[in-house]
Amino acid sequence: MTKYIQKRIVSALIVTLGVSFIVFLMVNMLPGDATAVMLAEFGATAQEQEELRRQLGLDRPMMVRYWEFLSNALRGDLGRSLFTRRRVVAQLLEQYPATIRLALAGMGIAITLGSIFGVTAAVNRGKVFDTGTMFGALLAVSMPSFWLGLIFIFFFAVRLGWFPTSGSATWRHLVLPAFAIGLRSAGVLARLVRSSMLEVLRQDYITTARSKGLSERIVVWRHALKNALIPVVTVVGVQFGFLLGGTVITEIVFARQGIGDLIIKAIFSHDFPLVQGGVLVLAVVFVFVNLVVDLTYGFLDPRVRYD
Amino acid sequence: MSRNIENKEVLGGDMPIRTPFQMFWREIRKHPGAIVGVIMLTIIILSAVFAHVISPYDPVKPDYSVRLQPPGGDHLFGTDTMGRDVLTRIMYGGRISLWVGMISVGIAATAGIVIGLMSGFFGGWTDEVLMRIMDMIMSMPSILLSLTIIFTLGPGLVNVMIAIGVASIPSYARIVRGQVLAARDTPYVEAARAAGAGNVKIMFRHILPNVLAPVIVMATLGLAGAILSVAALGFLGLGISPPTPEWGVIISDGRARLYDAWWIATFPGLAIMATVLATNLLGDGLRDSLDPRLRGR
Repeated sequence: MTKYIQKRIVSALIVTLGVSFIVFLMVNMLPGDATAVMLAEFGATAQEQEELRRQLGLDRPMMVRYWEFLSNALRGDLGRSLFTRRRVVAQLLEQYPATIRLALAGMGIAITLGSIFGVTAAVNRGKVFDTGTMFGALLAVSMPSFWLGLIFIFFFAVRLGWFPTSGSATWRHLVLPAFAIGLRSAGVLARLVRSSMLEVLRQDYITTARSKGLSERIVVWRHALKNALIPVVTVVGVQFGFLLGGTVITEIVFARQGIGDLIIKAIFSHDFPLVQGGVLVLAVVFVFVNLVVDLTYGFLDPRVRYD
Repeated sequence: MSRNIENKEVLGGDMPIRTPFQMFWREIRKHPGAIVGVIMLTIIILSAVFAHVISPYDPVKPDYSVRLQPPGGDHLFGTDTMGRDVLTRIMYGGRISLWVGMISVGIAATAGIVIGLMSGFFGGWTDEVLMRIMDMIMSMPSILLSLTIIFTLGPGLVNVMIAIGVASIPSYARIVRGQVLAARDTPYVEAARAAGAGNVKIMFRHILPNVLAPVIVMATLGLAGAILSVAALGFLGLGISPPTPEWGVIISDGRARLYDAWWIATFPGLAIMATVLATNLLGDGLRDSLDPRLRGR
């Protein structure tokens, strides 16, 4: 087990390194490089552009710059924004709690709704509830989350006035975006929990539990659910990635602060250190979450062998 | 697919030869959900292709005399701030959304198949290097990867296709690799090699047709995801530029008028939902009939 954990951590570190290289490479491959875009509006001369390239260190070979980027990143320095001149790390630190809060709230909603509806559908297999839930789950995975967000704003904020339309100050600001982002994953999980639950309910130990005279509620929610959730754990990691990506657009829809909002604004202003830093941080969080999920899986299911 | 043809040869012509379409229909018939999906998709595709015949309105030219008309009457889905018919814009928008979605899937599937074939067939270092690169691409949330690619290449339709396509290459590569590993040592591959076929011929003529089934399933389900991504990037203003209609762009247009003209943003969203739902229904049906092992995943 210890060997597996070590192996898994080393592979996560290698992947993180690879991701940092991919992000760096792509952001620095800008055709005509960033200075041309930055100076285009001012009609700068070739000499001035060359000067800016030197100032930003863009005249040096790519691998030298990557090495510098990496060693700086490890020391917690991701450079400065080209426009505000503020440190990228400081800006990301300001914004990331809001993004993580949104992704976690979305995940919480996805797991709660996915489990409740998935289990109830499995228990009522073939009945109206089952069919209805599965159709609802299919609808949920087919909806664009940004559009769902707009519909929520129109209905729950504008029409009913239950929640604020935008912003990120209080928990009430979190409810609509969290549902907008989490419903899709709830649909995915509901389908998965249902099929996993149907599998578990056929097992001998469930028959044993029933024959001991335990109530159906205890059999289903205590004995069966615990085992039915094991395969679900693996999907949680992937879904968390979707949610992290989804925060980007949801933050725009709800005018929330966050890394996604920062990245989109940086893309439009060609602020490459900010895009680079933002994407890197979200990608590293994703790698970390998947590492935790993989390790958790080992603890939850001792039958899994790691070789 | 090839099994039928082989059987026919073995059985000396007892089995009728079916066209791919006939085989497709025979399988799909067994799944009512998939039939609903096919019907919905057909309607959506036809209304996009024949938008200029069906609708009397122009999708781009403003007509301020009828601006912000609610749904009903001459304008079934209402009109937008410039008096353009929302239904017409949705039908024309379908052309772009579907087309961009399909090309992205085409890019992903083609690149994924080539990488998967090479990885599985050659093994060793080729496999190791290619699969580690795929792992790295996969370890970034796909929309983030797409955004980074668009940052590099700049906004625009072609770049959106590339961005969405590249982000989903690894899923195809991995599934093809797995299939190739299983097929590599089968007697028909050995027979082809004994008959003097080269690596490229064995990969593309002999192995590929036999590993295509899961790719078709994945491409169908992938189209649903691609359509959602196209709309998301269009909404963010990174796809096609207005006034050309695209579903994400129309929703973005309607966003500012959510308070007094809800229909502008609502109907294109429903169009996306219907298309993605239809594609998912078809994909689920195909998965169940073509590859029962993938069921429930």
